[in-house]
Amino acid sequence: MLIARVIGEMVATEKHASHAGCTALLVQPLELDGSNRGNAVIAFDSIGVGVGECVLLTTEGYSAMTSVGRPNSPIDMAVIGVIDRVELGGAAAPAFPIRAGQHE
Amino acid sequence: MILARVVGTIVATRKDPRLEGQKLLIVKPVSPEGHDEAGYVIAVDTVGAGNREKVLLVGGSSARLAEGCKDKPVDQAIVAIVDTVDLDR
Amino acid sequence: MQLGRVIGRVWATVKDPALHAQRLLVVQPLTPEMQPTGKQLVCLDGTGSVGAGELIYWCGGKESSFPFLPSEVPTNATIVGIVDQLHVQRDKC
Repeated sequence: MLIARVIGEMVATEKHASHAGCTALLVQPLELDGSNRGNAVIAFDSIGVGVGECVLLTTEGYSAMTSVGRPNSPIDMAVIGVIDRVELGGAAAPAFPIRAGQHE
Repeated sequence: MILARVVGTIVATRKDPRLEGQKLLIVKPVSPEGHDEAGYVIAVDTVGAGNREKVLLVGGSSARLAEGCKDKPVDQAIVAIVDTVDLDR
Repeated sequence: MQLGRVIGRVWATVKDPALHAQRLLVVQPLTPEMQPTGKQLVCLDGTGSVGAGELIYWCGGKESSFPFLPSEVPTNATIVGIVDQLHVQRDKC
């Protein structure tokens, strides 16, 4: 899994039938210093997240397709969590926001 | 499987229900000599690893064979805490 | 999945039997800002209707063979949709 940020949405009408009803997000994987890690990718949303949120991105097929309830579907990435807090070496990582009231 | 070092943790309240109760750690790959390498992943901890500890990381579908990860959306799992690495060179 | 544009086509007469009747398309991966990124690759067409020059999204890995089940097709990249619209809001981050 990777840390990523939701940067947009994609709309597609002509697509694999198993993708019907899935929300396709554009997400930018991030390094631990908050910089971009490679290119933005398309991931399906299993949580209900919004643009700008820091999320948990799985980049493996089984995890992605079962999280959105589409087994045996061509899905290789999905958002499976919203990140409240990132700690590095015991302290909050400065590159990532802390979502108040969501933890402890 | 690769060697990695625990460098941080992730807290996420809203997540796939199958991840409830799983500890999510940030790990960086290390060389067999113990040098930190580029990149990172978020892995599920199945052995109680602590910060800065060197661990064994299993990735891909095999990660779901780790203790407590069956049928869960887990793509990287920490399956051992490394005591020593001996290199014949 | 990743964005890409269909920039060509590959014909092969001698190929794995499971690839017979499959269209082989050359795809240039793109950023959400439509800039080419990374190496071009050959994808199968999982939608059956992708045309030249179209903006598409493609799936990688073993999952890319799933559109053709129960036939087990040896592919690791398949076009799974044609993109109508993109809404990119990097500034909101």
